This record gives sequence, C-alpha cells and structure tokens, in this order.
Amino acid sequence: MTLSVSNLSFSYGTKTALKGVSFTLAPSFSALLGPNGAGKSTLFALLTRLFTAPGAHIEIAGHDLNANPRRALAALGVVFQQPTLDLDLTVRQNLKYFAALHGLRGADASHRIDAALSRLDMRERAHEKVRKLNGGHRRRTEIARVLLHEPQVLLLDEPTVGLDAASRAAITDHVHGLAEDGMTVLWATHLTDEISDNDHLLILHQGQFIADGRAGDVANGRSLKDYFLAVTGDNAA
Amino acid sequence: MKWSPALFAIVAREALRFVHQRERFVAALVRPLVWLLVFAAGFRAALGLSITPPYQTYITYETYIVPGLCGMVLLFNGMQSSLSLVYDREMGSMRLLLTSPLPRWWLLTAKLIGSSLISIAQVYAFLLIAAAFGITLPPMGYVAAFPALLLAGFMLGALGLALSSFIKQLENFAGIMNFVIFPMFFLSSALYPLWKMAESSRLLHDICAANPFTHAVELIRFALYGELNLAALGWTLLATTLFGAAALWGYDPARGMMQSRK
Repeated sequence: MTLSVSNLSFSYGTKTALKGVSFTLAPSFSALLGPNGAGKSTLFALLTRLFTAPGAHIEIAGHDLNANPRRALAALGVVFQQPTLDLDLTVRQNLKYFAALHGLRGADASHRIDAALSRLDMRERAHEKVRKLNGGHRRRTEIARVLLHEPQVLLLDEPTVGLDAASRAAITDHVHGLAEDGMTVLWATHLTDEISDNDHLLILHQGQFIADGRAGDVANGRSLKDYFLAVTGDNAA
Repeated sequence: MKWSPALFAIVAREALRFVHQRERFVAALVRPLVWLLVFAAGFRAALGLSITPPYQTYITYETYIVPGLCGMVLLFNGMQSSLSLVYDREMGSMRLLLTSPLPRWWLLTAKLIGSSLISIAQVYAFLLIAAAFGITLPPMGYVAAFPALLLAGFMLGALGLALSSFIKQLENFAGIMNFVIFPMFFLSSALYPLWKMAESSRLLHDICAANPFTHAVELIRFALYGELNLAALGWTLLATTLFGAAALWGYDPARGMMQSRK
C-alpha cells in the first residue's frame, strides 16, 4: 500500500471535521467523493502536513508522516484546490521554482521539466506567462509541475473547479493515465461524472467514510450520481 | 537532497516578484524621501541636536533621521512581504513552500533572506537619492551598514512572519499600520534621539528604549559611521531570535495557526 491512514480525527475547536478515518490506497485512481464541507480539504491538509492530528498514523510510500515528514513529503505530489502558480512568471519559471524546492536544478531539472510538459501537451507554452493561460492550461501546468520530483502518491483537491467541460475531461483523462502508469492517485471531487466504474471510490460524508470500494460496485446498478444523492442527501452533485 | 537550490530559488522568486511590482518600489522610496525632504526640512528649525555618538560634529536634522528612515524602509518591507502571506492568493504559494521536503526553519529562513535582500536594495536606493540631495555619509559607512541592515531586515521580517501566522484574517494593511508599524516607528529613536524624548517624558523614553526597532535603528546609525554599537547589536540579535522562534512556532504544523485557515 502506498498510502495508508488510520484513526485520523480532527476538530476545528468544537466543530468535528474528521471522525476516526482509516483507509489504504494502492497504485490506482482513487476518487474521494464528498459534498462541500464533508472534510475533504481537512483530510488533504493533514495528508500534506499543513497541520497534524495527534493519535493518527499516516504512511506515504512506507514513510511515517509524523516520524519522518521529509521523506514522506518527498514521495508526495499535491495539486491544491487554490491555484499556487505565480502569474507573473512563465510556465517554465514556475516549474523551475518548484524543482528547486525539491532540490533539483541544472540539466536534471531541465530534462524533467521538458518531459513533464510534453506529457501534459504543454511544451509549446513553456515560455508563456501563466497570466496569459486559460484555467485549463493553468491546471495542466500545475499537474506537470507536480510530476517533476516523480512522486509515488499524487493528491489532487478538486482540480477541475471552475473549468469548462472539455478542460475537465482532458485533465481527468491525463490523471487517469498517470494512475495506469503506476501512480497512486487520490482525486477529491464533488462531481460524480469525473469517476468511472473501475475507479476506487471513497465517499466522505460528515467526517466519515460511508463507502469504500470499486465505484461500479458501490453504485450497484444505479447511476453513481443517484446513489451519491441518496446517501448524502446533497444536491450539489 | 540538496538544500541550496531552494534557497536560491526562493531568493530569486522574491526578487522577481519585486521587479514585477514597480509601484511597490516607488512607494518604498517615496515614503522615506517625503520624510527626509519635507518633514525633516520643517523640523530642522524646531529641533536642536547636540553632539552625541556616533556624530562628532554638529549635525542637521536631515542627517539625524537618515538611519531611522533606512529602518523605516526595512520595517514597511518586512511587514509587507510577510503579511502578504495572510492573503489567500499568497497562502497558496506558502502551502507549496511548506509541502517541500525541506525543514521548515530552512524554508522560512530562505524567505527571510530573500525579503531582507530586497529591502536592503531599496535602502541603498534611498541612500543614493539622499546623497544626491547632499545628505552624505562617510564612504565606508555605506559598506559597514550592510550587515547591520541585514540583521535589522531579519528582525523585522521575522516579526512580520510571526504576525502572519497568528493573524487569522487581515482585511487590509491598516490594522498592522496602526498597531505595529506606527507605534514601532514613532516610539523609537528614528525621528528623535532618546535623550530628547526623556526631556519631555520619562515614560515615553523608557518605552522607546525597550522598543527593538530603536536598537535596530541605533545599530544602523552607528554602522553608517563605521562604528559598532554592541548594546544595540545584542538587543537586535535577541529580538531577532525571539521573533524567529515565534514565527517557527506559528508555522509548526502541530500547534500553529495554519489550522485556523483550512
């Protein structure tokens, strides 16, 4: 298992966000589905060690996040919900900055940047300022960036928010491709149409998992959207 | 994993950000120049200054406030670059920084070095313009001031970083102006010597003497004349350490205020 979480609880003051969550992920595409406010962003903040929860155990690629945070973070790639690109820098400059944060520079960094941009069909835009890119290309830049240090585990927090249908489909396909190549992907979303029947599905509702299995099996003949609405009573899907 | 690429990248990014924000540079220069060329000119007549170290002759008021205005540039920049983190757009880049597999103290230090160097570039630009208006310092002073400016920049940057981790929401810059920048600047030796302050109020003098900004300004003042003020150095170092520790505490994932901003 490349990502394992056990007994993860977290509260903001008196408001409980996560109640004893446990799960494991193998190399594949796993979707974390939940209505707004279900605890997805809290889970991501804990997985990326923006803050920590006492008593929980999180292991990334075999490294305990609490005991050995730097090794664990080195194996992790994150695409945050909020854009984190510097708009005044070019695509390439943004990637170079990130590479340096992971100790990469020179020819090695350059080579990885070319490979990642090619993979996301962004090579020809390398020298454009991010400010000039549309939302879809900005997201693709962020996904290319997160591949630079070859993480084993990839976390994406609602990466398609605000994108048009074509960009959403392209990005969903790109990331499915990464999972097929052996990466462990956790894709948080509140949109059921981004999940295919063969994906591993986790449904988070009110700080707890209410489903964990193959998406097709979980929906059990119904459309995933209907199932999701029925179990969460939410109309955001 | 190598640590140095991150340092260079963070410093370069601060520099690029600064280059892209020309209006910030202009504001950073105009502010102390207004004080120097307008405020000080008016005050010169009202305020008599006796000869106190590091000055060896009678000096004009303009000459007196130059080190304080250098401190002002550092103060505004330290607050501005660190408090920009409070805004959401910048929080994104902070998240990116904090998920890097490097020790947090190293990442925060790199950020401090970057913002301090940018501030110092502005201080020298200010000194250059001041010199063009005839307010010059001993040539060696410009060189000797560099380490003092760096330390003062660190101290104020660390304070800003600490504040950015504890302040949950900042609607605008005004709160920090009113409650941090103005008291720090006015209750210091930047605009008036402490002995002058003591003549009017003992209490005010004591507050000024306890203000770390006073010591940073005095450190710069003495360095600009090629002298080392050991007491000022000690207090500035102590304050830098305390503010730095507070910043580290604030950004500690187990206890920090990052939790209040999911």
